[in-house]
Parts: sequence; C-alpha cells; structure tokens
Amino acid sequence: MRSSIVIVSFFVIGVCVGLIRFVPDAIIHNDYSQWALYLLLFLIGVSVGADPNSIKAVRELNIRIVLIPVITIVGTTLGIVSVYLFMKIDFTDALAVGYGFGYYSLSSIFITEIRGDEMGVVALLSNIFREIITLLAAPAMALFFGKLAPIVSGGATSMDTTLPIITRSSGKEYAIISLFHGIVLSFLVPILVTIVYYF
Amino acid sequence: MIEIILIMAAGIAVGYAIRGRKRLVKVVDRLTMYSICLLLFLLGVAIGVNELIVKNMHILGLRAFVLSLGGVMGSVFLSWIAYNLWFKPKSTKNEE
Repeated sequence: MRSSIVIVSFFVIGVCVGLIRFVPDAIIHNDYSQWALYLLLFLIGVSVGADPNSIKAVRELNIRIVLIPVITIVGTTLGIVSVYLFMKIDFTDALAVGYGFGYYSLSSIFITEIRGDEMGVVALLSNIFREIITLLAAPAMALFFGKLAPIVSGGATSMDTTLPIITRSSGKEYAIISLFHGIVLSFLVPILVTIVYYF
Repeated sequence: MIEIILIMAAGIAVGYAIRGRKRLVKVVDRLTMYSICLLLFLLGVAIGVNELIVKNMHILGLRAFVLSLGGVMGSVFLSWIAYNLWFKPKSTKNEE
C-alpha cells in the first residue's frame, strides 16, 4: 500500500511539473522514458533470473497460462457492457476503446483512422487511464482480488510499463506470466478493434 | 516487441549468474523501485505538457475514465473468480 502512495506522488508531481512547463526542454523532446523502461525491464529480468521460484511457477501453471488473456478479454467485455448501459455512446465505440487494453498508442491510431479525432482522443485517454489505474492500484488489487488482478488490469501493458509494479505486487513468479499475457494482448489489439468495427 | 524480449532475456541471464548473491539481488530490487518512480514521473510530465490531452480532459476525460474503469473492474472481477478457482496456491504440502 505504501508503495502505491509513493508512486501516486511521483506521478502527480510529474503532471504538475509538465503543466507549468517547469522542465528543461531536453526532457520533453527526448524520450527518456523509453530508456528508463529498458533499464527497468533489464532489472526485472535480473530479479526473475535470480529467483529460483520464477521458472517453477511457469512450469506449475503450464496450460492455465493461456487462460489469463482470455479472462482479460471476457472480463473487459463484461465491464464495458455494464458501463455502456449508463453512457450516451455507440456500443461499438465503447467496445473498441475497451479493446485497446491499455495499448493507447496503437488503439488511438486505429480508432482515429476508423472513427475520427474525437473517438481517437477518448481511446487515447481511456487507455492511458487503464495504465495509470493499474500502476496506482496494482498493490491494492493483488491484496484484495488475487495475484492475477494486476495482470489482467494492466492488459497489453503487462509486458512493459506495468510489468514492474505487477512484479512487485504479485511476486516475481508472475513476471513471465505477465509478459506472456501482455504479448498476446498486444497482438490482439489491432485484430479485435478491427473486428468490432467491421462485423 | 523484440527488443523487450531481448532485454528481459539478457536480464534473466545476468540474474541467473548472480542468483546466489542475496545482497546484490536486494540492490536490484531497490533500483527497480527507483526506476518505477522515475518512469511515473516522466509519464506525468508527458501528460502535463500534452495540450491535446490537457484541453480535452474535461469533455472527453470522464467518458474515457468510465470506459477504462469498466474494463478494469470487469477483468479484475473475473480474474478474482478464476484465481480462487484455478490459480490459488494449494496450502497442503503433499499435493502434487
């Protein structure tokens, strides 16, 4: 729980600093986050490799590992359907935004192409929110809803940006499962968004 | 995609090599936390300076937020059920 609070504070400070432009241009124009992410992925790799339990976990779960992306897709669909009932929005739009699974760059590009700027911005924001919600709430989710919760919440981002917090919240033994989950969903984002709009 | 897998694989190899050295592993864990905070700070900055996002936040933001909340809650709820059914570690020791 404490780590969530620390993380929230860093994020909020970042937003404020960005709003008042209290940053050197170099930070805005160079994508340092990419490098920070690579460093992070490497560090996670190290702690996974150093932990004898991590390989054991994959072997024990074996075929059930495939089940997790399915849980994410079905669960997201159910969740989108239930909030859609309270919204003034096309059902296909709602579902297409949900099927971004946090992969905001790709899904917003796709949806902008098919449905225009407004839905593109909604897709961008909504999927950024999914990532942020996961980053902020992962420790609490793992505590209250089981160790799979941070992974399914992270969606496609469970392979990169939310992987560190998932590893911290659910344990190192879930790192490879999380990576697998994210890779599968990343592949499915363009396919599912297209299916929603053309069928 | 490929670089992510390669970097992770390199990390795992290094980790496997240092697996016996507990203090080094602890340092890695602390570095991980620092990197998470740095990354979140940078994401905040990216959102703060993005005028498209900041200007449309009040109009489209609520709609987007409700949709993401729906997606997250639906999948978390389903995973909660699935975790308890199929994934929860067994407490008995002699279970195969």
